[in-house]
Amino acid sequence: MAARARLCSMLALAALVRQVTGVKNFEDVRCKCICPPYKDQPGHIFNKNVSQKDCDCLHVVESMPVSGPDVEAYCLRCECKYEERSSVTIKVTVIIYLSILGLLLLYMVYLTLAEPILKRRLFGHSQLIQSDEDIGDHQPFANAHDVLARSRSRANVLNKVEYAQQRWKLQVQEQRKSVFDRHVVLS
Amino acid sequence: MTDLKEGVCLSAFWYSHEQCCWTSNETTFDDRDKCPKWQKWSELLVNQSEGASAYILNYFLYIMWALSFAFLAVSLVRVFAPYACGSGIPEIKTILSGFIIRGYLGKWTLLIKTVTLVLVVSSGLSLGKEGPLVHVACCCGNFFSSLFSKYSKNEGKRREVLSAAAAAGVSVAFGAPIGGVLFSLEEVSYYFPLKTLWRSFFAALVAAFTLRSINPFGNSRLVLFYVEYHTPWYMAELFPFILLGVFGGLWGTLFIRCNIAWCRRRKTTKLGKYPVLEVITVTAITAIIAYPNPYTRRSTSELISELFNDCGALESSQLCDYINDPNMTRPVDDIPDRPAGFGVYTAMWQLALALIFKIIITIFTFGMKIPSGLFIPSMAVGAMAGRMVGIGVEQLAYHHHDWIIFRNWCRPGADCVTPGLYAMVGAAACLGGVTRMTVSLVVIMFELTGGLEYIVPLMAAAVTSKWVADAFGKEGIYEAHIHLNGYPFLDAKDEFTHRTLATDVMRPRRGEPPLSVLTQGSMTVEDVETLIKETDYNGFPVVVSKDSERLIGFAQRRELILAIKNARQRQDGVVSNSIMYFTEDPPELPANSPHPLKLRRILNLSPFTVTDHTPMETVVDIFRKLGLRQCLVTRSGRLLGIITKKDVLRHMAQMANQDPESIMFN
Repeated sequence: MAARARLCSMLALAALVRQVTGVKNFEDVRCKCICPPYKDQPGHIFNKNVSQKDCDCLHVVESMPVSGPDVEAYCLRCECKYEERSSVTIKVTVIIYLSILGLLLLYMVYLTLAEPILKRRLFGHSQLIQSDEDIGDHQPFANAHDVLARSRSRANVLNKVEYAQQRWKLQVQEQRKSVFDRHVVLS
Repeated sequence: MTDLKEGVCLSAFWYSHEQCCWTSNETTFDDRDKCPKWQKWSELLVNQSEGASAYILNYFLYIMWALSFAFLAVSLVRVFAPYACGSGIPEIKTILSGFIIRGYLGKWTLLIKTVTLVLVVSSGLSLGKEGPLVHVACCCGNFFSSLFSKYSKNEGKRREVLSAAAAAGVSVAFGAPIGGVLFSLEEVSYYFPLKTLWRSFFAALVAAFTLRSINPFGNSRLVLFYVEYHTPWYMAELFPFILLGVFGGLWGTLFIRCNIAWCRRRKTTKLGKYPVLEVITVTAITAIIAYPNPYTRRSTSELISELFNDCGALESSQLCDYINDPNMTRPVDDIPDRPAGFGVYTAMWQLALALIFKIIITIFTFGMKIPSGLFIPSMAVGAMAGRMVGIGVEQLAYHHHDWIIFRNWCRPGADCVTPGLYAMVGAAACLGGVTRMTVSLVVIMFELTGGLEYIVPLMAAAVTSKWVADAFGKEGIYEAHIHLNGYPFLDAKDEFTHRTLATDVMRPRRGEPPLSVLTQGSMTVEDVETLIKETDYNGFPVVVSKDSERLIGFAQRRELILAIKNARQRQDGVVSNSIMYFTEDPPELPANSPHPLKLRRILNLSPFTVTDHTPMETVVDIFRKLGLRQCLVTRSGRLLGIITKKDVLRHMAQMANQDPESIMFN
């Protein structure tokens, strides 16, 4: 049941993305013609918004630098390519990425700086007795053990979230020990 | 974000340099990157675009951006997901061979690896994104397989999904679906039956289709470094191709030895205590040295595509600054060989400097505590070397076209040598020398470039580089990292040629305490609990009785613990003195003894056994092909000992005169 709901939501998201990317911006198609130097004319690059069948030298080059019979020789050297892009996709992707990055940064700042200060203020003076492990452990999530031990009393949603978070912190701490301190995994 | 180091697009900050200038009409033939909407930092801040102060300001901001990206990346990895470091391919190989690393394919690892990969590639470090994308794809595969119970309960099926996910990862990274399937077959997977083959093919196909339909950049092509030339190559050119293959093999050996030495130093000395500082130092050095050289200032993928490109009349980069014949009337595609102009000579020595720099800095970059891949830097090294050799051969052919070698196939005025092809072959050779891939490498290369005519040179270079590299050391970079970290990975490519028998390897040896076994029906729950507490073995063989040690089966530690705990909680009458039995019917008990505990359902009645005279070659083969963790040794039906995978690995290490105690990972 849960799997089916997840599948439905994924399909809806895919349809939305397809609709968003299907709208083509006027500026998103172009025909790009590169014309190398010819006789005494320097090289030029011409851009124009034409359809794919009109993408050739005669339609794109508006003010021809040469005249008369030279036009054909000039145009033979030019290479014209039809390109399209989706600026909406680029914009959406970059903005989503930057927002995820911003959220992660905020969370990281909160975890490393704000939370120990808050916890110390809340549980303050009852933490006088510390075990040997905690004294040398100045890394983030060092108080995970204590909070886990303390949180067995109430059982509401907030406490469940905190319990899950503390379990995650313990996991990360274990990973960090094995990767950074003991160098057992991942050299 | 790579272009953010150099400037910003004023109208829309999310565009890269190329995208920003896409619609402008001010681009000229010689300076294709200029447009008013894109401004370098010096133009933005102090309103100057040329001159010494502008250069220094740009330089300084380049370094600042690179450092901030790298610092962000390493702090995110450190705080959220330490398993997101490194390439990931050695650990995925170990996971697919049966070993479980908990948390390596988790959701946070997926998120952090994706996010930091972008940051790390934009910071200009000498690393690629392909290896980490394989790890990301396997995390996705793990996540999806946990949604369906058919895959989440069965480890073997989950590993099939991971193999297919690895193929999809390479397919996305390179735009090479068939190469991805072959990469998964050759490098990553351990056990690859035919149904996994077509499932990986399907996964790679869907990945390629999705990539094509999103199409953000409008190439409408999957190919990353498309080559548009189809000029033929000549048999005499095989000699420089083989030379490039030798270079690739030598570079591969050098890289593997130096990188492993540096990583070992990082593991054992104080250098490893300062990962953040290390990342920042390496980024600073890379940025400081990379900025002055235009070939290292831009991103490595752009460098590779420029090196692969052939010089037609439409190119205006420094690499294509040949002296043109003003009376030339040939069409665009078939420019004959020309003498090199001044720009080409400048480009050559700049490329040489860039080559040396990249060779040295990649040794220190791969293996740091950030996501780092190896494919793109090795291809860049090979492409630079190849292009230099190609230009050399081209000039040689032009100036000495009357030599015997060139006379047959190179007339003056004809187009003989394409340096872009040499760059391609060099890239393939270097990548093959480092990773020791063969078939998958060739397929990936021609899928990357679309140059189907050039399969034979690519194959020649790949084979040569593999031979040369194998002459110096048998391991590719991923196997070398597996050995460095001591993962219990039994390589399917190694051959075991010694004549030892199973008795030489099995435990217990002479002088060791006897095996801890469970009996069929005479041990109490308390005895079993003591046994479990005193030892830390993964499982226990079950025999008929202590006198006649005939083997019945094998019971795993985890299931024993779970079963006893459940029985104590649920079943009535099960106390410490209850007899534990593994047979169908309970044994004969006196009248008022407590309720016995039946544990037949957790017993594996078909453990793998070998006799004591089985040669170790066969035992190693059995371990490999069946993916075993342990194997019991019997004689005439009586249990003698046990061989675990770690015993096999230690034995192999001993036979190869390595230190058997380095296999320590639990």
